[in-house]
Amino acid sequence: MVPTAYYLILAAMLFSIGIAAFLIKRNVITIFISIELMLNAVNLTFVAFAHMWHQVAGQIFVFFVMVVAAAEAAVGLAIIISIFRSRQTLNVDEIDLMKL
Amino acid sequence: MNPMPTSYLWFIPLLPFAGFLINGTLGRKLPRTTVSAVALFFTALPAALVAWLWATMCSAGASGVIETISRPWIAITDFTVDFTLTVDHLTLIMLTVVTGVGFLIHIYSVGYMAHEEGYWRFFAYLNLFMFFMSVLVLASNFLLLFVGWEGVGLASYLLIGFYFKKKSAADAGKKAFIVNRIGDFGFLLAMFLLIVHFGSLSFSQVFDTVAQHPGWQAQGAHFLPAICLLLILGAAGKSAQIPLYIWLPDAMEGPTPVSALIHAATMVTAGVYMVARCHVLFNSSPLALSVVATIGAATAIFAASIGMVQHDIKRVLAYSTISQLGYMFLACGVGAYAAGIFHLLTHAFFKALLFLAAGSVIHALSGEQDMRKMGGLRTRTPITFWTMSAGVFAIAGIPPFAGFFSKDEILYRAFTSPNPLHIALWLVGLLTAGMTSFYMFRLWFKTFFGESRIDQHGDGQHSVHESSWIMLLPLVILAILSVVGGWVGIPAVLGGNNVFERFLDPVFATPAAEAVVSTTSHGLELALAAISVLVAALGFFVAYVFYYKKPGTANAIAERNRPAYAILSNKYWVDEFYNIYLVTPLLMFTRGVMELIFERGVVNGSGRAAGTTVRGFAWLTRSQISGNIRSYAGWLAIGAAVVMAVMVFGSSLWAHL
Repeated sequence: MVPTAYYLILAAMLFSIGIAAFLIKRNVITIFISIELMLNAVNLTFVAFAHMWHQVAGQIFVFFVMVVAAAEAAVGLAIIISIFRSRQTLNVDEIDLMKL
Repeated sequence: MNPMPTSYLWFIPLLPFAGFLINGTLGRKLPRTTVSAVALFFTALPAALVAWLWATMCSAGASGVIETISRPWIAITDFTVDFTLTVDHLTLIMLTVVTGVGFLIHIYSVGYMAHEEGYWRFFAYLNLFMFFMSVLVLASNFLLLFVGWEGVGLASYLLIGFYFKKKSAADAGKKAFIVNRIGDFGFLLAMFLLIVHFGSLSFSQVFDTVAQHPGWQAQGAHFLPAICLLLILGAAGKSAQIPLYIWLPDAMEGPTPVSALIHAATMVTAGVYMVARCHVLFNSSPLALSVVATIGAATAIFAASIGMVQHDIKRVLAYSTISQLGYMFLACGVGAYAAGIFHLLTHAFFKALLFLAAGSVIHALSGEQDMRKMGGLRTRTPITFWTMSAGVFAIAGIPPFAGFFSKDEILYRAFTSPNPLHIALWLVGLLTAGMTSFYMFRLWFKTFFGESRIDQHGDGQHSVHESSWIMLLPLVILAILSVVGGWVGIPAVLGGNNVFERFLDPVFATPAAEAVVSTTSHGLELALAAISVLVAALGFFVAYVFYYKKPGTANAIAERNRPAYAILSNKYWVDEFYNIYLVTPLLMFTRGVMELIFERGVVNGSGRAAGTTVRGFAWLTRSQISGNIRSYAGWLAIGAAVVMAVMVFGSSLWAHL
């Protein structure tokens, strides 16, 4: 049996990669993927702890996160498409309309 | 007739207030007839209510005091002030003057203001004044009286500055308001002292407490004289006494009915009313009474001497008003409160009449107020002439006109008073009576007799006309009152029984006063009356010689005594004195210290500092709002890291701190 710590270390690595990609990458889709990566890292910790404590709540929560992530992906991709249509780019450094 | 329910008392002030609200809000759009109908209706009703009140209070077995149910207004632990209206015999007299004379002047104003701009505004203010004045006289505690006191000041300010496009009128309004502030300051301090020492502002509670502690005076309780002196300061402001009289002559910038109503008959007598109302307090402090008497006598002669050389018809009457108010103060100061109120009543009749008649003259001459440009109006404006004559004879103290009885009563009471200065007070009063007679007949001769000196240019000569009936009707009524008004107070020595004083006995009854009256002989009273009539006749004679028989005599005398004349015609340079020694230093202080240091330094400085700080922080944060999504994400990550660090290491960190 794999110790819980391994799962947690893996999850931490995935999360750190997600953050790093989120901060470094300029392409919106890549950033989007890195968000998914972070979400899944969290999901992994949920599952790991649920397994460790023999509690089903954590597993159910993961399903919940997945559903929300799916909805988020749908909305997010729709936004990305409309941004691309209007600006012909996916570089976040050029999408700075929210500046004061 | 049924007795009046006490709750109806509220209608006496509230009806004029309703008139003010209607005319003040809708008046601009209403036709003039509607405006005047509203104003007259809402002042006639209170007058009718006061008549009903008379019937109620004079009916057999009626109590001397009627009071509404008190409603709490301010309640702080054990200190309470109530909304309560009280009517006793003194208030009844005042109410009669306010609503009766007020209504007559409203009628007059309909004619006088007919061609003026801002007609609705005028009547709205006038009704507002009636409201506050009724509150003032009906109040049952100092604070409610103060509400009316300030309110009439406001109405006075608005009406003096009625022609606000004229700078002198606007300035006069401000002057009246500011000078009255000084007096009100004294009144406020007096109220604070009353709260500290009595824990109440109710008239009945305060006066009962004073009456129950006759020993206070002997023990040297200093707060009673202090309260009285502060009240005197307030009264001197409102009633235009030395040293605060300077606003009243300037107040003549207002329309003439305003001068008649507010600055002669009612508002300026509020100070006298207040002193009479607080007679229990004043009686407990001989010092305060002496101050009242001295201020009154000094003001009387001082203002009369200025009035002798004025050329503006309204200014003469203004100084005359100040002088007569001085008489009332003199009466109060020698403990003759009933005589003071009696003079207040007759003065309200004849001075309102004189102002209204002067207004009629001014109206006839299309706005001319300089007596040097009048003359010979006797035949051109006969009704004005005859009514004004009644007023002139009344104020000059010629028997049997109203002024004779009240003035004579005051002089007699001054002469016989226990005050150590009584002979001096009487002499000053007598001299003032002579001066009064002189300047009133001077006005009379200059205006109505002799050659016409009216400006010839234009059609000035042809347009001289008698006023319309709506202006003459109040004149006639007031003229009748000026003749017979004094007959209610004919003293016993002249065959009357001084009904007026008996009527006020429930309010003022003091054993000391009774004793004085009974110990003096009737012969003395008759002799004093004869002297004062002689002095009045002398004033008439001098005016007759100077301004009718040999016009120019006065000018010759003025030429010969140039310095004396200069002093009088420049009003003793009091305004200049105040300007140099009070107004200018005050302005320099405000400009130099308050404006430079406080206004610019503290007020503006703190505002600017706050602005700069916010702007600095804004600059700091704004530089981070790049619009760059990745920088936001970075902040997010840093924030999350900080939160996690605090969660993980925070507890051990707190423990070490």
